[in-house]
Amino acid sequence: MSGAAALLARDSFVELAARERVRALMDGRAFRELIDPFERVTSPWLARQGVVTQADDGVVVAKGEIAGQPAVILAIEGAFQGGSLGEVGGAKIAGALELAAQDNRRGIPTRAVILFETGGVRLQEANLGLAAIAEIHAAIVDLRRYQPVIGVIAGTVGCFGGMSIAAGLCSYLVVTREARLGLNGPQVIEQEAGIVEYDSRDRPFVWSFTGGRQRADTGLADVFVDDDASLLRQAVIALFERGRPATERSDAWRHYLDRLSRYDPARQATPEIVRQLLEPGASS
Amino acid sequence: MNIETTSRGATWLAALTDGAAPLTGYPPSVQVVDGALADQRCRYVAVLPDAANAWPRARTGEIGVIEGWELARAVHEVIDADRAAPKRAIVAVVDVTSQAYGRREEAFGIHEALAGAAGAYAQARLAGHPVIALIVGKAMSGAYLAHGYQANRIIALNDAGVMVHAMGKAAAARVTMRSVEDLERLAAEVPPMAYDISSYATLGLLWQLLDVDSADRPCAVDLADARHALIVALDDIRADPSPDLRSRLGGPNRGASSLVREKLLAQW
Repeated sequence: MSGAAALLARDSFVELAARERVRALMDGRAFRELIDPFERVTSPWLARQGVVTQADDGVVVAKGEIAGQPAVILAIEGAFQGGSLGEVGGAKIAGALELAAQDNRRGIPTRAVILFETGGVRLQEANLGLAAIAEIHAAIVDLRRYQPVIGVIAGTVGCFGGMSIAAGLCSYLVVTREARLGLNGPQVIEQEAGIVEYDSRDRPFVWSFTGGRQRADTGLADVFVDDDASLLRQAVIALFERGRPATERSDAWRHYLDRLSRYDPARQATPEIVRQLLEPGASS
Repeated sequence: MNIETTSRGATWLAALTDGAAPLTGYPPSVQVVDGALADQRCRYVAVLPDAANAWPRARTGEIGVIEGWELARAVHEVIDADRAAPKRAIVAVVDVTSQAYGRREEAFGIHEALAGAAGAYAQARLAGHPVIALIVGKAMSGAYLAHGYQANRIIALNDAGVMVHAMGKAAAARVTMRSVEDLERLAAEVPPMAYDISSYATLGLLWQLLDVDSADRPCAVDLADARHALIVALDDIRADPSPDLRSRLGGPNRGASSLVREKLLAQW
Protein backbone atom coordinates (compact mmCIF):
# COMPACT_ATOMS: atom_id res chain seq x y z
CA MET A 1 0.00 0.00 0.00
CA SER A 2 1.32 3.45 -0.80
CA GLY A 3 1.80 5.97 1.99
CA ALA A 4 -1.29 7.90 1.01
CA ALA A 5 -3.44 4.79 0.70
CA ALA A 6 -2.27 3.54 4.08
CA LEU A 7 -3.17 6.88 5.59
CA LEU A 8 -6.64 6.78 4.03
CA ALA A 9 -7.21 3.21 5.22
CA ARG A 10 -6.44 4.29 8.77
CA ASP A 11 -9.22 4.68 11.28
CA SER A 12 -7.99 7.61 13.38
CA PHE A 13 -8.31 7.24 17.13
CA VAL A 14 -7.11 10.74 17.91
CA GLU A 15 -10.05 12.24 16.07
CA LEU A 16 -12.60 10.25 18.07
CA ALA A 17 -14.59 11.68 20.97
CA ALA A 18 -14.40 9.91 24.34
CA ARG A 19 -17.41 7.62 23.84
CA GLU A 20 -16.23 6.55 20.37
CA ARG A 21 -12.81 5.80 21.79
CA VAL A 22 -14.42 3.50 24.34
CA ARG A 23 -16.37 1.76 21.58
CA ALA A 24 -13.19 1.22 19.57
CA LEU A 25 -11.46 -0.52 22.47
CA MET A 26 -14.22 -2.77 23.84
CA ASP A 27 -14.92 -6.27 22.53
CA GLY A 28 -17.67 -6.14 19.91
CA ARG A 29 -17.70 -2.33 20.29
CA ALA A 30 -20.18 -2.95 23.12
CA PHE A 31 -20.31 -1.24 26.51
CA ARG A 32 -22.64 -0.07 29.24
CA GLU A 33 -22.16 3.45 30.51
CA LEU A 34 -22.45 4.25 34.21
CA ILE A 35 -23.87 7.61 35.31
CA ASP A 36 -24.59 8.39 31.67
CA PRO A 37 -25.32 11.91 30.41
CA PHE A 38 -29.07 11.44 30.85
CA GLU A 39 -28.55 11.34 34.61
CA ARG A 40 -27.17 14.84 34.36
CA VAL A 41 -24.73 14.57 37.24
CA THR A 42 -23.02 17.82 36.38
CA SER A 43 -20.49 20.00 38.15
CA PRO A 44 -22.13 21.86 41.03
CA TRP A 45 -19.30 24.39 40.93
CA LEU A 46 -19.08 25.52 37.30
CA ALA A 47 -22.66 26.76 37.17
CA ARG A 48 -22.04 28.98 40.18
CA GLN A 49 -19.26 30.68 38.23
CA GLY A 50 -21.21 31.20 35.05
CA VAL A 51 -19.42 28.41 33.18
CA VAL A 52 -21.49 26.06 31.03
CA THR A 53 -21.63 22.52 32.40
CA GLN A 54 -21.69 19.28 30.45
CA ALA A 55 -24.10 16.41 31.20
CA ASP A 56 -21.30 13.89 31.82
CA ASP A 57 -18.82 16.41 33.29
CA GLY A 58 -16.37 15.33 30.62
CA VAL A 59 -15.79 11.76 31.83
CA VAL A 60 -17.20 8.51 30.46
CA VAL A 61 -17.32 5.43 32.72
CA ALA A 62 -17.89 2.35 30.59
CA LYS A 63 -18.12 -1.33 31.49
CA GLY A 64 -17.61 -4.09 28.97
CA GLU A 65 -15.07 -6.71 28.07
CA ILE A 66 -11.60 -6.57 26.58
CA ALA A 67 -10.23 -9.86 25.23
CA GLY A 68 -13.08 -11.64 26.97
CA GLN A 69 -12.29 -10.31 30.44
CA PRO A 70 -14.35 -7.78 32.41
CA ALA A 71 -13.05 -4.27 31.88
CA VAL A 72 -13.85 -0.72 32.81
CA ILE A 73 -12.68 2.15 30.63
CA LEU A 74 -12.44 5.68 31.99
CA ALA A 75 -12.36 8.11 29.12
CA ILE A 76 -11.72 11.81 29.56
CA GLU A 77 -13.27 14.12 26.96
CA GLY A 78 -10.55 16.57 26.01
CA ALA A 79 -13.02 18.83 24.23
CA PHE A 80 -14.78 19.82 27.48
CA GLN A 81 -12.82 22.34 29.56
CA GLY A 82 -9.54 20.99 28.24
CA GLY A 83 -10.20 17.60 29.81
CA SER A 84 -9.79 19.21 33.22
CA LEU A 85 -10.95 17.25 36.24
CA GLY A 86 -13.38 18.63 38.76
CA GLU A 87 -15.22 17.01 41.62
CA VAL A 88 -17.71 14.94 39.58
CA GLY A 89 -15.43 13.78 36.76
CA GLY A 90 -12.67 13.03 39.24
CA ALA A 91 -14.99 11.02 41.49
CA LYS A 92 -16.25 9.05 38.46
CA ILE A 93 -12.71 7.89 37.69
CA ALA A 94 -11.63 7.32 41.31
CA GLY A 95 -14.89 5.60 42.26
CA ALA A 96 -14.80 3.26 39.26
CA LEU A 97 -11.18 2.29 39.94
CA GLU A 98 -12.07 1.66 43.60
CA LEU A 99 -14.89 -0.69 42.53
CA ALA A 100 -12.59 -2.47 40.07
CA ALA A 101 -10.13 -3.14 42.91
CA GLN A 102 -12.98 -4.38 45.10
CA ASP A 103 -14.09 -6.71 42.27
CA ASN A 104 -10.62 -8.25 42.26
CA ARG A 105 -10.70 -8.77 46.00
CA ARG A 106 -13.92 -10.71 45.45
CA GLY A 107 -12.53 -12.84 42.67
CA ILE A 108 -13.80 -10.85 39.68
CA PRO A 109 -10.76 -9.96 37.54
CA THR A 110 -11.94 -6.52 36.39
CA ARG A 111 -9.25 -4.56 34.55
CA ALA A 112 -9.05 -0.85 33.84
CA VAL A 113 -7.96 1.36 30.98
CA ILE A 114 -7.70 5.12 31.41
CA LEU A 115 -7.87 7.32 28.34
CA PHE A 116 -6.00 10.47 29.35
CA GLU A 117 -6.81 13.67 27.55
CA THR A 118 -6.40 16.23 30.26
CA GLY A 119 -4.72 19.36 31.49
CA GLY A 120 -5.11 18.19 35.09
CA VAL A 121 -7.03 19.96 37.84
CA ARG A 122 -10.00 22.09 36.76
CA LEU A 123 -9.03 25.37 38.36
CA GLN A 124 -12.65 26.45 38.87
CA GLU A 125 -12.94 23.51 41.29
CA ALA A 126 -9.31 23.71 42.38
CA ASN A 127 -9.03 21.87 45.67
CA LEU A 128 -11.79 19.39 44.88
CA GLY A 129 -10.07 18.49 41.61
CA LEU A 130 -6.77 18.07 43.42
CA ALA A 131 -8.39 15.89 46.09
CA ALA A 132 -10.07 13.71 43.46
CA ILE A 133 -6.77 13.27 41.64
CA ALA A 134 -5.12 12.12 44.89
CA GLU A 135 -7.91 9.53 45.15
CA ILE A 136 -7.32 8.45 41.55
CA HIS A 137 -3.64 7.93 42.43
CA ALA A 138 -4.63 5.88 45.47
CA ALA A 139 -7.03 3.74 43.45
CA ILE A 140 -4.53 3.03 40.65
CA VAL A 141 -1.95 1.88 43.19
CA ASP A 142 -4.56 -0.35 44.83
CA LEU A 143 -5.87 -1.87 41.58
CA ARG A 144 -2.47 -2.49 40.00
CA ARG A 145 -1.74 -4.98 42.80
CA TYR A 146 -4.22 -7.28 41.04
CA GLN A 147 -4.30 -6.30 37.37
CA PRO A 148 -2.18 -4.12 35.15
CA VAL A 149 -3.69 -0.66 34.82
CA ILE A 150 -3.22 0.66 31.30
CA GLY A 151 -3.11 4.30 30.36
CA VAL A 152 -3.56 5.56 26.83
CA ILE A 153 -2.46 9.03 25.77
CA ALA A 154 -3.54 9.56 22.18
CA GLY A 155 -3.63 13.35 21.86
CA THR A 156 -4.24 16.04 20.99
CA VAL A 157 -4.72 17.52 24.47
CA GLY A 158 -2.09 15.28 26.05
CA CYS A 159 -1.75 14.53 29.74
CA PHE A 160 -0.61 17.11 32.26
CA GLY A 161 -0.81 18.23 35.86
CA GLY A 162 -1.82 15.80 38.55
CA MET A 163 -3.11 13.42 35.90
CA SER A 164 0.40 13.05 34.49
CA ILE A 165 1.27 11.60 37.89
CA ALA A 166 -1.70 9.23 37.47
CA ALA A 167 -0.25 8.23 34.08
CA GLY A 168 3.09 7.71 35.79
CA LEU A 169 1.42 5.31 38.21
CA CYS A 170 -0.11 3.18 35.45
CA SER A 171 1.48 -0.21 34.84
CA TYR A 172 1.73 0.51 31.13
CA LEU A 173 1.33 3.54 28.89
CA VAL A 174 0.40 3.56 25.21
CA VAL A 175 1.18 6.74 23.27
CA THR A 176 0.91 8.07 19.74
CA ARG A 177 2.93 10.71 17.93
CA GLU A 178 0.27 13.27 18.85
CA ALA A 179 0.58 12.54 22.57
CA ARG A 180 2.34 14.75 25.05
CA LEU A 181 3.06 13.76 28.64
CA GLY A 182 4.42 16.21 31.18
CA LEU A 183 3.77 17.53 34.66
CA ASN A 184 3.53 21.20 33.82
CA GLY A 185 1.85 22.59 30.75
CA PRO A 186 4.16 24.55 28.42
CA GLN A 187 2.48 27.91 29.03
CA VAL A 188 2.71 27.54 32.78
CA ILE A 189 6.41 26.73 32.62
CA GLU A 190 7.01 29.70 30.37
CA GLN A 191 5.10 31.94 32.78
CA GLU A 192 6.90 30.61 35.84
CA ALA A 193 10.41 30.21 34.43
CA GLY A 194 10.61 32.46 31.38
CA ILE A 195 10.69 31.97 27.64
CA VAL A 196 14.40 31.13 27.60
CA GLU A 197 13.69 28.19 29.87
CA TYR A 198 10.65 26.99 27.93
CA ASP A 199 9.21 28.47 24.75
CA SER A 200 5.63 27.22 24.77
CA ARG A 201 4.98 28.32 21.17
CA ASP A 202 7.86 26.29 19.78
CA ARG A 203 5.96 23.10 19.05
CA PRO A 204 8.92 21.00 17.82
CA PHE A 205 10.78 21.97 21.01
CA VAL A 206 7.85 20.99 23.23
CA TRP A 207 7.29 17.67 21.42
CA SER A 208 11.01 16.85 21.43
CA PHE A 209 10.89 16.64 25.23
CA THR A 210 7.33 15.58 26.03
CA GLY A 211 6.03 14.00 22.83
CA GLY A 212 4.93 10.37 22.56
CA ARG A 213 7.95 9.33 20.49
CA GLN A 214 10.45 10.68 23.01
CA ARG A 215 8.55 9.26 26.00
CA ALA A 216 8.42 5.80 24.42
CA ASP A 217 12.09 5.92 23.40
CA THR A 218 13.16 6.85 26.93
CA GLY A 219 11.09 4.24 28.74
CA LEU A 220 8.60 6.72 30.20
CA ALA A 221 5.94 5.08 28.01
CA ASP A 222 5.81 1.47 26.90
CA VAL A 223 4.23 1.26 23.47
CA PHE A 224 4.26 3.72 20.61
CA VAL A 225 1.52 3.17 18.04
CA ASP A 226 0.35 4.89 14.92
CA ASP A 227 -2.94 6.74 15.18
CA ASP A 228 -5.24 3.87 14.30
CA ALA A 229 -8.14 2.59 16.40
CA SER A 230 -7.56 -1.11 15.75
CA LEU A 231 -3.83 -0.76 16.46
CA LEU A 232 -4.67 0.93 19.75
CA ARG A 233 -6.98 -1.93 20.69
CA GLN A 234 -4.35 -4.51 19.75
CA ALA A 235 -1.76 -2.70 21.85
CA VAL A 236 -4.05 -2.66 24.89
CA ILE A 237 -4.86 -6.36 24.53
CA ALA A 238 -1.18 -7.25 24.15
CA LEU A 239 -0.31 -5.35 27.32
CA PHE A 240 -3.05 -7.08 29.31
CA GLU A 241 -1.66 -10.40 28.05
CA ARG A 242 1.76 -9.38 29.33
CA GLY A 243 0.30 -9.27 32.85
CA ARG A 244 1.59 -7.15 35.70
CA PRO A 245 5.13 -5.81 35.25
CA ALA A 246 7.88 -7.28 37.46
CA THR A 247 8.51 -3.75 38.74
CA GLU A 248 6.11 -0.88 38.25
CA ARG A 249 7.82 2.05 36.54
CA SER A 250 6.92 4.34 39.44
CA ASP A 251 8.68 1.97 41.86
CA ALA A 252 11.94 2.12 39.90
CA TRP A 253 13.57 4.76 42.13
CA ARG A 254 16.87 2.86 42.16
CA HIS A 255 17.04 2.89 38.36
CA TYR A 256 16.10 6.54 38.01
CA LEU A 257 18.36 7.85 40.80
CA ASP A 258 21.23 5.86 39.30
CA ARG A 259 20.66 7.28 35.82
CA LEU A 260 20.10 10.82 37.09
CA SER A 261 23.34 10.69 39.08
CA ARG A 262 25.17 10.70 35.74
CA TYR A 263 23.54 13.95 34.64
CA ASP A 264 25.10 17.29 35.53
CA PRO A 265 22.20 19.73 35.94
CA ALA A 266 24.57 22.62 35.24
CA ARG A 267 24.06 21.62 31.60
CA GLN A 268 20.64 22.40 30.21
CA ALA A 269 18.80 19.26 29.14
CA THR A 270 18.46 18.24 25.51
CA PRO A 271 16.34 15.41 24.08
CA GLU A 272 19.58 13.63 23.15
CA ILE A 273 20.97 13.75 26.69
CA VAL A 274 17.70 12.35 28.03
CA ARG A 275 17.77 9.54 25.47
CA GLN A 276 21.36 8.65 26.33
CA LEU A 277 20.59 8.49 30.02
CA LEU A 278 17.14 6.93 30.10
CA GLU A 279 17.00 4.75 27.00
CA PRO A 280 15.89 1.31 28.21
CA GLY A 281 18.76 -0.48 26.44
CA ALA A 282 21.42 1.98 27.63
CA SER A 283 24.21 0.45 29.71
CA SER A 284 23.72 0.74 33.44
CA MET B 1 21.09 29.18 61.50
CA ASN B 2 19.28 32.44 60.94
CA ILE B 3 15.66 32.05 62.03
CA GLU B 4 14.35 34.18 59.16
CA THR B 5 15.79 31.81 56.56
CA THR B 6 14.64 28.64 58.30
CA SER B 7 11.59 27.21 56.63
CA ARG B 8 8.59 26.13 58.62
CA GLY B 9 9.18 22.62 57.40
CA ALA B 10 12.68 22.66 58.88
CA THR B 11 11.47 24.21 62.13
CA TRP B 12 8.74 21.64 62.69
CA LEU B 13 10.82 18.68 61.58
CA ALA B 14 13.53 19.63 64.06
CA ALA B 15 11.00 20.26 66.83
CA LEU B 16 9.13 16.98 66.36
CA THR B 17 12.34 14.97 66.33
CA ASP B 18 14.11 16.85 69.15
CA GLY B 19 16.71 18.04 66.70
CA ALA B 20 17.88 14.53 65.84
CA ALA B 21 20.27 14.33 62.90
CA PRO B 22 18.69 13.43 59.56
CA LEU B 23 19.83 10.26 57.84
CA THR B 24 22.93 10.65 55.72
CA GLY B 25 22.86 9.75 52.06
CA TYR B 26 19.86 11.94 51.24
CA PRO B 27 20.21 15.32 49.54
CA PRO B 28 19.79 18.44 51.71
CA SER B 29 16.37 19.03 50.12
CA VAL B 30 14.95 15.75 51.44
CA GLN B 31 15.38 15.24 55.15
CA VAL B 32 14.59 11.91 56.70
CA VAL B 33 14.68 11.42 60.46
CA ASP B 34 14.05 8.15 62.25
CA GLY B 35 12.50 9.05 65.56
CA ALA B 36 9.60 8.08 67.75
CA LEU B 37 5.93 8.81 68.14
CA ALA B 38 4.16 7.62 71.28
CA ASP B 39 7.18 5.43 72.06
CA GLN B 40 6.85 3.69 68.72
CA ARG B 41 9.31 3.93 65.85
CA CYS B 42 8.38 6.58 63.32
CA ARG B 43 9.99 7.98 60.19
CA TYR B 44 9.66 11.72 59.65
CA VAL B 45 10.10 13.06 56.13
CA ALA B 46 10.27 16.67 54.93
CA VAL B 47 11.21 18.52 51.75
CA LEU B 48 13.19 21.65 52.53
CA PRO B 49 14.60 24.57 50.53
CA ASP B 50 18.20 24.11 49.42
CA ALA B 51 19.72 27.24 47.92
CA ALA B 52 22.62 25.16 46.59
CA ASN B 53 20.44 22.56 44.86
CA ALA B 54 22.20 21.53 41.63
CA TRP B 55 18.82 21.69 39.88
CA PRO B 56 18.29 25.45 39.56
CA ARG B 57 14.47 25.30 39.46
CA ALA B 58 14.22 23.41 42.74
CA ARG B 59 16.03 25.67 45.20
CA THR B 60 13.20 27.19 47.22
CA GLY B 61 11.31 24.21 48.56
CA GLU B 62 9.89 22.86 45.31
CA ILE B 63 9.67 19.14 44.69
CA GLY B 64 11.74 18.36 41.62
CA VAL B 65 12.89 15.19 39.92
CA ILE B 66 15.48 14.28 42.55
CA GLU B 67 13.19 15.15 45.45
CA GLY B 68 10.41 12.97 44.04
CA TRP B 69 12.60 9.89 43.65
CA GLU B 70 14.32 10.46 47.02
CA LEU B 71 10.93 10.64 48.73
CA ALA B 72 10.04 7.36 47.03
CA ARG B 73 13.26 5.86 48.34
CA ALA B 74 12.68 7.12 51.89
CA VAL B 75 9.25 5.48 51.98
CA HIS B 76 10.16 2.25 50.16
CA GLU B 77 13.02 1.73 52.61
CA VAL B 78 10.48 1.64 55.42
CA ILE B 79 8.14 -0.70 53.55
CA ASP B 80 10.99 -3.09 52.75
CA ALA B 81 12.52 -3.00 56.23
CA ASP B 82 9.21 -3.64 57.99
CA ARG B 83 7.93 -6.41 55.73
CA ALA B 84 8.12 -8.93 58.59
CA ALA B 85 8.04 -6.42 61.42
CA PRO B 86 5.50 -4.12 63.06
CA LYS B 87 4.65 -1.42 60.52
CA ARG B 88 6.12 1.84 61.72
CA ALA B 89 4.37 5.15 61.21
CA ILE B 90 5.46 7.69 58.63
CA VAL B 91 4.90 11.40 59.24
CA ALA B 92 5.15 13.71 56.24
CA VAL B 93 5.93 17.24 57.46
CA VAL B 94 4.45 19.30 54.64
CA ASP B 95 5.68 22.74 53.64
CA VAL B 96 6.11 22.61 49.87
CA THR B 97 5.81 25.66 47.65
CA SER B 98 5.10 23.75 44.41
CA GLN B 99 6.47 21.24 41.99
CA ALA B 100 9.56 22.47 40.12
CA TYR B 101 8.81 24.21 36.82
CA GLY B 102 11.58 23.83 34.26
CA ARG B 103 12.96 22.30 31.10
CA ARG B 104 15.21 19.82 32.89
CA GLU B 105 12.29 18.67 34.98
CA GLU B 106 9.99 17.92 32.06
CA ALA B 107 12.85 16.40 30.09
CA PHE B 108 13.68 13.82 32.74
CA GLY B 109 10.06 13.04 33.58
CA ILE B 110 9.25 14.90 36.78
CA HIS B 111 5.74 13.41 36.52
CA GLU B 112 7.24 9.93 36.96
CA ALA B 113 9.34 11.06 39.94
CA LEU B 114 6.23 12.48 41.61
CA ALA B 115 4.40 9.24 40.80
CA GLY B 116 7.27 7.47 42.52
CA ALA B 117 6.67 9.47 45.69
CA ALA B 118 2.86 9.35 45.65
CA GLY B 119 2.91 5.66 44.80
CA ALA B 120 5.33 4.90 47.63
CA TYR B 121 3.17 6.65 50.23
CA ALA B 122 0.07 4.86 48.89
CA GLN B 123 1.79 1.48 49.06
CA ALA B 124 2.98 2.19 52.61
CA ARG B 125 -0.60 2.97 53.61
CA LEU B 126 -1.94 -0.17 51.91
CA ALA B 127 0.78 -2.27 53.59
CA GLY B 128 -0.46 -1.11 56.99
CA HIS B 129 1.94 1.71 57.79
CA PRO B 130 0.06 4.57 59.44
CA VAL B 131 0.83 7.57 57.25
CA ILE B 132 0.09 11.04 58.65
CA ALA B 133 0.55 14.36 56.90
CA LEU B 134 1.14 17.43 59.05
CA ILE B 135 0.72 20.58 56.99
CA VAL B 136 2.71 23.39 58.60
CA GLY B 137 3.02 25.75 55.62
CA LYS B 138 2.20 25.49 51.95
CA ALA B 139 0.81 22.31 50.40
CA MET B 140 0.64 23.22 46.76
CA SER B 141 -0.52 21.26 43.77
CA GLY B 142 1.78 18.53 42.46
CA ALA B 143 4.08 18.88 45.44
CA TYR B 144 1.24 18.05 47.83
CA LEU B 145 0.14 15.13 45.63
CA ALA B 146 3.67 13.73 45.96
CA HIS B 147 4.17 14.49 49.64
CA GLY B 148 1.17 14.32 51.93
CA TYR B 149 -2.00 13.65 49.96
CA GLN B 150 -1.71 9.86 50.18
CA ALA B 151 -1.75 9.93 53.99
CA ASN B 152 -4.38 8.05 56.01
CA ARG B 153 -4.99 11.25 57.99
CA ILE B 154 -4.15 14.89 57.26
CA ILE B 155 -3.63 17.46 60.01
CA ALA B 156 -3.15 21.15 59.22
CA LEU B 157 -2.11 24.00 61.46
CA ASN B 158 -4.83 26.62 61.73
CA ASP B 159 -2.72 29.53 60.57
CA ALA B 160 -2.87 32.15 57.84
CA GLY B 161 0.40 30.90 56.36
CA VAL B 162 -1.03 27.42 55.83
CA MET B 163 -2.36 27.03 52.34
CA VAL B 164 -3.57 24.16 50.18
CA HIS B 165 -4.17 24.81 46.50
CA ALA B 166 -3.89 23.56 42.95
CA MET B 167 -2.12 26.63 41.63
CA GLY B 168 -0.77 29.92 42.95
CA LYS B 169 -3.09 32.93 42.63
CA ALA B 170 -1.28 34.78 39.87
CA ALA B 171 -0.89 31.73 37.64
CA ALA B 172 -4.46 30.55 38.32
CA ALA B 173 -5.78 33.97 37.32
CA ARG B 174 -3.88 33.85 34.03
CA VAL B 175 -4.96 30.32 33.17
CA THR B 176 -8.63 30.99 33.88
CA MET B 177 -8.38 34.38 32.17
CA ARG B 178 -9.49 36.35 35.21
CA SER B 179 -7.94 39.17 37.15
CA VAL B 180 -6.44 38.36 40.53
CA GLU B 181 -9.21 40.50 42.06
CA ASP B 182 -11.92 38.45 40.31
CA LEU B 183 -10.22 35.28 41.42
CA GLU B 184 -10.17 36.46 45.02
CA ARG B 185 -13.84 37.42 44.86
CA LEU B 186 -14.74 33.99 43.48
CA ALA B 187 -12.52 32.28 46.00
CA ALA B 188 -14.49 33.93 48.77
CA GLU B 189 -17.74 32.50 47.37
CA VAL B 190 -16.59 29.12 46.10
CA PRO B 191 -15.02 27.02 48.88
CA PRO B 192 -12.88 24.70 46.70
CA MET B 193 -11.26 27.76 45.08
CA ALA B 194 -10.38 29.42 48.37
CA TYR B 195 -6.80 29.75 49.48
CA ASP B 196 -7.38 29.81 53.24
CA ILE B 197 -7.17 26.69 55.34
CA SER B 198 -10.56 27.14 57.07
CA SER B 199 -12.35 27.01 53.70
CA TYR B 200 -10.33 23.94 52.82
CA ALA B 201 -11.48 22.37 56.06
CA THR B 202 -15.11 22.52 54.86
CA LEU B 203 -14.27 20.03 52.10
CA GLY B 204 -13.82 17.22 54.62
CA LEU B 205 -10.31 16.33 53.54
CA LEU B 206 -8.64 17.30 56.81
CA TRP B 207 -8.79 15.01 59.78
CA GLN B 208 -7.97 17.90 62.10
CA LEU B 209 -7.35 21.63 62.03
CA LEU B 210 -4.94 22.36 64.85
CA ASP B 211 -4.75 25.73 66.64
CA VAL B 212 -1.26 26.99 67.42
CA ASP B 213 0.14 30.18 68.92
CA SER B 214 2.86 30.39 66.31
CA ALA B 215 3.33 28.27 63.24
CA ASP B 216 6.65 30.02 62.55
CA ARG B 217 8.13 29.60 66.01
CA PRO B 218 6.16 26.92 67.83
CA CYS B 219 6.20 27.20 71.61
CA ALA B 220 6.31 24.19 73.93
CA VAL B 221 2.51 24.05 74.07
CA ASP B 222 2.22 24.17 70.25
CA LEU B 223 4.66 21.30 69.98
CA ALA B 224 2.91 19.28 72.67
CA ASP B 225 -0.45 19.84 70.94
CA ALA B 226 0.95 18.76 67.58
CA ARG B 227 2.49 15.64 69.11
CA HIS B 228 -0.78 14.83 70.82
CA ALA B 229 -2.69 15.25 67.55
CA LEU B 230 -0.26 12.93 65.77
CA ILE B 231 -0.65 10.29 68.49
CA VAL B 232 -4.45 10.46 68.40
CA ALA B 233 -4.30 10.21 64.60
CA LEU B 234 -2.01 7.21 64.92
CA ASP B 235 -4.48 5.48 67.25
CA ASP B 236 -7.35 6.37 64.93
CA ILE B 237 -5.56 4.82 61.97
CA ARG B 238 -4.61 1.68 63.87
CA ALA B 239 -8.25 1.24 64.91
CA ASP B 240 -9.53 1.73 61.36
CA PRO B 241 -9.92 -1.53 59.43
CA SER B 242 -9.73 0.15 56.01
CA PRO B 243 -6.38 1.47 54.76
CA ASP B 244 -8.01 3.56 52.01
CA LEU B 245 -9.01 7.22 51.83
CA ARG B 246 -12.75 6.87 52.47
CA SER B 247 -12.53 8.78 55.77
CA ARG B 248 -12.17 11.92 53.62
CA LEU B 249 -15.68 11.60 52.22
CA GLY B 250 -18.70 13.28 53.79
CA GLY B 251 -17.53 16.90 54.06
CA PRO B 252 -20.28 19.53 53.80
CA ASN B 253 -18.86 20.97 50.58
CA ARG B 254 -18.03 17.67 48.94
CA GLY B 255 -21.41 16.02 48.51
CA ALA B 256 -21.02 15.17 44.82
CA SER B 257 -18.00 12.98 45.57
CA SER B 258 -20.22 10.74 47.69
CA LEU B 259 -23.20 10.92 45.32
CA VAL B 260 -21.09 9.78 42.38
CA ARG B 261 -19.74 6.82 44.37
CA GLU B 262 -23.24 5.79 45.48
CA LYS B 263 -24.46 5.84 41.91
CA LEU B 264 -21.45 3.94 40.61
CA LEU B 265 -21.95 1.23 43.22
CA ALA B 266 -25.65 0.93 42.40
CA GLN B 267 -24.98 0.68 38.66
CA TRP B 268 -21.79 -1.38 38.80
